[in-house]
Amino acid sequence: MRTDTTARTEPGTATGALLSARDLRVVFPGRRGAPPARAVDGVDLDVGAGEIVALVGESGCGKTTLARSLLGLVRPTSGTVAFDGKPLAYSSGALRSYRKRAQLVLQDPSGSLNPRHTVYDAVAEGLRIHGYAGDERAAVAEALARAGLRPPERFFLRYPHELSGGQRQRVVIAGALVLEPELIVADEPVASLDASVRGEILALLLRLRDELGLSALVVTHDLGLAWNIADRVAVMYLGRVVETGPVESVLTNPRHPYTRALLSVLPESEGAPVVLTGEPPDPSRIPSGCRFHARCQVLASGAAEAVADRCRGEDLPVLPGGGAGAVACHWVKGGGAG
Amino acid sequence: MTSSTTSATPAPEPLEPPPAVPGSVRKPLSAASLARQRRKASAVRFWKQYRTHRAGLYGLAGLVLIALLALAAPLLVGADVQSVTAAPGTALESPSTEFPLGTDQFGRSLLGLLIWGARISLLVGLLAAALSVAIGTLVGIVAGHYGGWFSTVVMRITDWFLVMPALVLAIVLATVMSRSMWTVVLAIGVTSWPTTARLVRAQTIAVESRPYIERATALGGGHRHVMTRHVLPNVMPLVLAQTTLGISTAILTEATLAFLGLGDPTVVSWGGMLQDAREAGAVSSGHWWYLAPPGIAIALVALAFTLCGRAVESVLNPKLGVGR
Amino acid sequence: MSLLEVRDLRVTYGSGAAAVPAVRGVDLTLEAGTKLGVAGESGCGKSTLALALLRLLPASARLEGEVLLDGEDVLAMSWGRLRAVRWAGASIVFQGAMHSLNAVHRIGDQIAEPLLVHGRATPAAARARVGELLEHVGLPAARAAAYPHELSGGQRQRVMIAMALACDPRLIVADEPTTALDVMIQAQILRLIEGLVAEQSISLLMISHDLAVLADTCDRLAVMYAGRVVEEGPAREVYEAAAHPYGRALSSAFPRIGDPASRRAPRGLPGDPPDPAALPGGCTFHPRCPVALDACGELDQELREAGAGRRAACVHVGSAS
Repeated sequence: MRTDTTARTEPGTATGALLSARDLRVVFPGRRGAPPARAVDGVDLDVGAGEIVALVGESGCGKTTLARSLLGLVRPTSGTVAFDGKPLAYSSGALRSYRKRAQLVLQDPSGSLNPRHTVYDAVAEGLRIHGYAGDERAAVAEALARAGLRPPERFFLRYPHELSGGQRQRVVIAGALVLEPELIVADEPVASLDASVRGEILALLLRLRDELGLSALVVTHDLGLAWNIADRVAVMYLGRVVETGPVESVLTNPRHPYTRALLSVLPESEGAPVVLTGEPPDPSRIPSGCRFHARCQVLASGAAEAVADRCRGEDLPVLPGGGAGAVACHWVKGGGAG
Repeated sequence: MTSSTTSATPAPEPLEPPPAVPGSVRKPLSAASLARQRRKASAVRFWKQYRTHRAGLYGLAGLVLIALLALAAPLLVGADVQSVTAAPGTALESPSTEFPLGTDQFGRSLLGLLIWGARISLLVGLLAAALSVAIGTLVGIVAGHYGGWFSTVVMRITDWFLVMPALVLAIVLATVMSRSMWTVVLAIGVTSWPTTARLVRAQTIAVESRPYIERATALGGGHRHVMTRHVLPNVMPLVLAQTTLGISTAILTEATLAFLGLGDPTVVSWGGMLQDAREAGAVSSGHWWYLAPPGIAIALVALAFTLCGRAVESVLNPKLGVGR
Repeated sequence: MSLLEVRDLRVTYGSGAAAVPAVRGVDLTLEAGTKLGVAGESGCGKSTLALALLRLLPASARLEGEVLLDGEDVLAMSWGRLRAVRWAGASIVFQGAMHSLNAVHRIGDQIAEPLLVHGRATPAAARARVGELLEHVGLPAARAAAYPHELSGGQRQRVMIAMALACDPRLIVADEPTTALDVMIQAQILRLIEGLVAEQSISLLMISHDLAVLADTCDRLAVMYAGRVVEEGPAREVYEAAAHPYGRALSSAFPRIGDPASRRAPRGLPGDPPDPAALPGGCTFHPRCPVALDACGELDQELREAGAGRRAACVHVGSAS
């Protein structure tokens, strides 16, 4: 189970997950006769109170769509999203009150700020939408200060183009914090930032969790980010979570061949890199059986000969979304990963 | 990326918000005064950039001059300059010291009429352009924002208006409605909005693909919020430029309608003066002083507005690459 | 003689009071057949440096110093000679493959263009060469008929590399060749570049913000900050034990998975990259430096010896410490 060394609140233990998705599916209709794209194809995922979960995968694996459907920005085709135990309603009023409690931080801080709004306006936007009754100015100043922009007054009248990339991302985070949400969904929050700034923004997310008990789902392609801040990681491939568990065990002892490959190509990793060939396949043509079998290095090497038929023909069950480690792989289940 | 310089380098000391020193007695700026400061700053910035466009400055100077003349017309020439019964001169006099541009067939001073006519021409031009741009912006934003079949239907209607010869439609409208200045405004306004609508819709779609729209939605903002707080400010520059450019078209159309006798017969406008000149036979008798001034005035005002419009456009939308 | 020798290169944008120095005196040496990585964050001048090597900068940029390619100064040569060098001597691979490819031409035609323009090949021979190049970079020759939008990001980057290889250059300058790509595709492209460089003994100058990637790919590493090289040395050594505090910050920005020290402890540098138009006095890094001394605010640091084959520009290097 958890190999966590530091003593922390035990998050994500099955009961009382803050956000939980059950058998979530999002299908986009195919254009011009193309088959429909199953962007999210059956995902269970929990985010506990005060927990940081990293959702890792390559572009096109459906992680962004999953994140958006968790926020109610994309309506799932089937399955449920529940927040604080209550399933999400899609009426505009219900969504509005949900969005006060769950916030989105996007990858590109330059794009997610309206160039014609000042920092003050950008941060106050959420307050205005929700008709905040208190002292707007004080709330904005506090959110900016929390996001590390101090003194906040100095930033009020700046426009996004006058700020550096890191400062912009802090403004975006302040805009999310100002509503005092319980959950932040961050889509590649540091991918477009400089290396030196990256660590600062991640440290901010970590600090917010420690100080405010904020939960976070961080969508990323960067395994190092998961190692830096996450408690739990879910590796997604072609619309499904293929491996999940505590960061320490998944990243230091990966079991799914795909996770192993992802880790092996990192520059500093030891051992021979397993460079998967080809592009991640198309969500409109998901292979039968294990969806990874066509690129699977273990299957290709013949090591999984015993379960090869099942890899090609037998679909794998949806992994549970909770805290325990789990892998969707016939070979691992057959004891092959030893 | 050229890693330096050209990209948006944070301005070293921008816009001077007096940094309230933490710990000092807080004198909170209210949201309203913040907004005021911001608006002032952006107006200053706009002017600084506008100043670099020489043609725009000429246009602006011309406009200010004409506007002053039009505003001061009651003092300069008085409303009775229009009066046919109390005309000071005799019919169709040549230019003289008393009547620098001669007189019309009723003996009225043409210079006085020209100044007085500026009032109507400018007013109709402004109102009609404003009406047209307002309709166009509304249609464009709504169509661009909602998309789908609704947008398709709205844009088909727009296309229909776009291919209709606007002048003919305006003539029909001006004919069937009562003959007043407001009819002319309405006729021009409802026929010239489709171009704006198309432009605004395209811009709306571009703006809506930006991540900050998704951020606003994720914050809980509804359609109204997105359209008024995000899309509108971003299409405003386009709309503003479109308005200034539209005014010159509107003034020309107004002149055309008046020339065709569809204007308000009770007021003097430049187009109306041209029509009077034609009726009085100024063309055949070579009375250039009757014909030329209103024509030149129309051309100059249209030119001035166009120059201003171009300058505004290139300041607000530098990406359009409108030359100076 | 080294293949590429950069001597005191300075690039300034604009002039007079508005002049912005982007590169402020860079010396680099690249031996034939070796790979040099240049690391740094946006605004540090690394992309300007790359463009300056082939004189690809806009006219507003003023260049000083020398860029010796095979002993010939690129900055002083005639346009005709420069064109020849750009095709055959050195070529460049940019980061945004989508923007560097022309959307309305088939990729085969784009790869063949330099061959045809210079009359180096007949159309038929050019076609054959294009097929060969595409296969070389791991794409089927038939993809020559595809348009850029029909390819994925990784495939487009492969096309860019094929274009760079078209005229058998001796040096490839790769500016963030893998930045926008996924981990797996990035690994594919890096393997491809490494393989090509080794097999054809091309020299590589690779620019990236990711020190880990550079350390993995290159032989030597130069770290740039505010338009200057602040550290230089064998790639592994610089990555694992940087002598300059900025080099250390960069190498710890990307954690080593499994390293307990970086678990739940993301590390970065406070403050923002400096504005080239308003650089701090003294050592340009001192406002963000965790180990700055009082003197750093006034004393600029030159690169100096920091162990075998290594140089660094920090007060703590060499001397007393």
